[in-house]
Amino acid sequence: MTTDLWKLTIHEAHALLKTRSISARELLDGVETRVAAVEGEIHAYLTFCHEDARAQADAADRRLRSGEGVTPVTGIPIALKDNLCTTGVTTTCASKILEGFVPPYDATVVERLRGQGAVFVGKTNMDEFAMGSSTENSAFGGTKNPWDRARIPGGSSGGSAAAVAADECVAALGSDTGGSIRQPAACCGIVGLKPTYGRVSRYGLVAFASSLDQIGPLTKDVTDCAWMLNAIAGHDASDSTSADVPYPDFAAGLGRGVRGLRVGVPKEYFIPGMDRSVEEAVRAAIAALEREGAVPVEVSLPHTEYAVAVYYLLATAEASSNLARYDGIRYGHRAKAPADLFDLYARSRAEGFGPEVKRRIMLGTYALSSGYYDAYYAKAQRVRTLIAEDFRRAFEQVDVIATPTAPTPAFRFGEKTQDPLQMYLSDIFTISVNLAGVPALSMPCGFSPEGLPIGLQFIGKTFDEETVLRAAFAYEQTANWRTMKPDLNPPI
Amino acid sequence: MTTTIPTRTSYETVIGLEVHAQLLTGSKMFCGCAAAFGAEPNTQVCPICLGMPGVLPVVNKRAVEFAIRLGLAMHARIAASSRFARKNYFYPDLPKGYQISQYELPLCEGGWLDIACEATIEHHARREATIERPARVEGQSKRIKLTRAHLEEDAGKNLHDMGNGASHVDLNRAGTPLLEIVSEPDLRSSDEAVAYLKALRELVVYLGICDGNMEEGSFRCDANVSIRPRGSERFETRVELKNINSFRYVKRAIEYEVERQIGVVEGGGRIVQETRLFDPQRGVSVAMRSKEAAHDYRYFPDPDLVPIAAPEAWIAEIRAALPELPEAKRARFVSEYGISPYDATVLTGSQALADYFEAAIRHGAPPKTAANWIMSELLALLNAEGAEIAGREDSARSIDTGRRESALCRVTPKALTALFALVEAGTISGKIAKTVFEEMYKTGAEPDAVVAAKGLVQVSDVDALVAVIDQVIADSPKELAQYRSGKDKLFGFFVGQVMKRTEGKANPGKVNELLKARLSAPTA
Repeated sequence: MTTDLWKLTIHEAHALLKTRSISARELLDGVETRVAAVEGEIHAYLTFCHEDARAQADAADRRLRSGEGVTPVTGIPIALKDNLCTTGVTTTCASKILEGFVPPYDATVVERLRGQGAVFVGKTNMDEFAMGSSTENSAFGGTKNPWDRARIPGGSSGGSAAAVAADECVAALGSDTGGSIRQPAACCGIVGLKPTYGRVSRYGLVAFASSLDQIGPLTKDVTDCAWMLNAIAGHDASDSTSADVPYPDFAAGLGRGVRGLRVGVPKEYFIPGMDRSVEEAVRAAIAALEREGAVPVEVSLPHTEYAVAVYYLLATAEASSNLARYDGIRYGHRAKAPADLFDLYARSRAEGFGPEVKRRIMLGTYALSSGYYDAYYAKAQRVRTLIAEDFRRAFEQVDVIATPTAPTPAFRFGEKTQDPLQMYLSDIFTISVNLAGVPALSMPCGFSPEGLPIGLQFIGKTFDEETVLRAAFAYEQTANWRTMKPDLNPPI
Repeated sequence: MTTTIPTRTSYETVIGLEVHAQLLTGSKMFCGCAAAFGAEPNTQVCPICLGMPGVLPVVNKRAVEFAIRLGLAMHARIAASSRFARKNYFYPDLPKGYQISQYELPLCEGGWLDIACEATIEHHARREATIERPARVEGQSKRIKLTRAHLEEDAGKNLHDMGNGASHVDLNRAGTPLLEIVSEPDLRSSDEAVAYLKALRELVVYLGICDGNMEEGSFRCDANVSIRPRGSERFETRVELKNINSFRYVKRAIEYEVERQIGVVEGGGRIVQETRLFDPQRGVSVAMRSKEAAHDYRYFPDPDLVPIAAPEAWIAEIRAALPELPEAKRARFVSEYGISPYDATVLTGSQALADYFEAAIRHGAPPKTAANWIMSELLALLNAEGAEIAGREDSARSIDTGRRESALCRVTPKALTALFALVEAGTISGKIAKTVFEEMYKTGAEPDAVVAAKGLVQVSDVDALVAVIDQVIADSPKELAQYRSGKDKLFGFFVGQVMKRTEGKANPGKVNELLKARLSAPTA
């Protein structure tokens, strides 16, 4: 059997599994061989599930042999961001405060994938509690960008993005609160989708900012992205914010083309100071779509400049409350020999949380404090409504919006760690989408002169992932970016 | 206290009450765990009520329905859309580090509850032991306005002093649904506060939304108390009293607090806004925390929950299913059955008791007879063993939550009615009926069976009675002579003797009639 099964996409692997040209176990072995070869270079994972994965692969092979219960993800080795709860498997959110925490329950998305016969390779690295844009905020060491190991993979789903880009899994799940799927997908040259808020159940996703968090796939191409969305989307009674709306077969309309599709180009997303190669690559992608019959239309999202400020008030406010449960009482890190209750709380949290998490808890606590609530939280909520209104109005003119995913390609380790504000600006093009709740996808659209991938973002109407995926698929067919692989020179 | 009477009467007391009623939903507010009282610690918990990472709350629809029930019964406005909010603070019994409550948009706002006003509040000396509630005199009630009623979850319990020097946390109660019912500061005395609480407790029990058990904490009360010079309309600094878990303590705690505040003001001091804990053992309250140390709860809308929608149609459905409420039932009992307002008050003391009374009437019992028997005989026996008439098993409004060993009343309304029929037919006397009733209560036997088994049939036969009467007269020559010389009072002596010799079975009417004739007749 071929030794580079790890290169396969979901749809390629599925075709081979279904015809039993390969077994799920062989596919897993292929991926694990790749992991063994390159993980030392990348550090995409925090936990591996060798034993469980083998059992899952064998169970998938039984399904494939019997032909019963075979789904597009049966036997597919998938990586899970470490903020997705997995029964019996450590779930840490890359935080010392949850070091060794083993949930007795699956996140709904994990349960769904498990039910469809997926194989879980392991849990991937991330910025602590998904707070960050570089994965440098992991308490367990950073992840390297497979394209340039001196650079960050983006964040916070940096481990998932790097694992997909380095072929250490076939696909992965991440979470996106302000760009945490799309920005690392852009940095690593893969496809990443943040679905519409409410499209995918958040149950079992360790909350950062509940009104913004959404789980989504990171994949090697657009088809896989649609397949993964099919596998995880849908209403969940356990998540009151999950939407009880119809969900179509997201893969069905991929090839319908973009003839006549109105593609919005927001002027606020092409700003002075952004990387020239990024602007050129995105403009070239829009031109390619135009050649396919799409109609570019300039649109305006006038409140874009407030998005980062609004985000850092609302997301931190919610986080300050969401992270209150890590108090050292019931699970997670507890300070030794506390003098009293206050000391137990103060030291458990001081020892357990990293600096960025502490910074955001303090910001959020401040924003919600009596006397500041109206000036910060309440006002930010009103501006959030205006931002959502911007999109609603733009979508009266266009079917989909195209923008860069991030203002620059992947930056170097340490480049922005000393300046949180610079780090926050990495998400300047992705944050509005979370505030408005709309779906958005990032995919590769070229390379910088240094050979770093550049991300193109498609933003869609609420619950219109289909159009986003259709535009993305059409663009993907015009270019060969997905065939480009980082040179990891594995010794195999 | 050194305050003099004139000083005390120159102040007016202002009280607002916050009641927490635990809802009888069976399951918790945001997860499927049981919410029963008294289980082994931490056996009624799941990842959601333990506040584990990543879990999400889902609103218990029945709790919302129960809250709307109360809102409708209290004439409140039901919000078409209301929100849950997070109240943030750290405490070991609060697993998430915040309590899910309601803040800006509560489910129910406005409304009122009518209570007996101060002048009419008096406990009737009669049957004090059996009746816990004040009687109402028609037309003399006071309207207490409702500020709001909102849903929230309870916290767990910290357990200290378990002998190992450690503190423990029991999270069985964490997430239990509570309805917080907040009154306006409309109450002007401890008696009014107690009357309000009793009326509210009666209401929630009638509505079937709470068992009203104060000892187990399913009906809890905090009181906001202030004083002001009589005639003033201003609200002065208030003190919050916590942990008052019986009607008696409510009264004592408020009275202690009023005296304390008068003492402070009279002594030239100022009332400090603070929370005080009432200690029923010592009869005093102690300061818990002052406003300076008050929490900033950082309330904000809970992003994990969508607004609660209460569409008109649903509210109408809930309204249509409301049971007849105590006030309406009392009025109906008076007009329909011709019983006194006092009797109506006693008989509507619980849904089950009222149902029992009406069932007897349906079986043909005369309403006044039924009222008298239930109130005097039945309640006396039930109270003697601390039992109560259990709710119908099939009734959704049953107050029997399975928490208490509540003995079922063995005398059915039908059997009670049959007993009345025996008296009416002259088969037994009213006095014997009480004996029969006691036996029925003990064994659950039918009245005619008791009468037959014990040979209690009334003796009305003239010949038989005359024989006994003549024997009594013959045996009491001295009494006879005195009676005939004008000592009429001795008639009772002869009746007594006859009843004694017939073991109480003689028909009292017949005895009177025959005895009179024999005593006035010349001696044979």
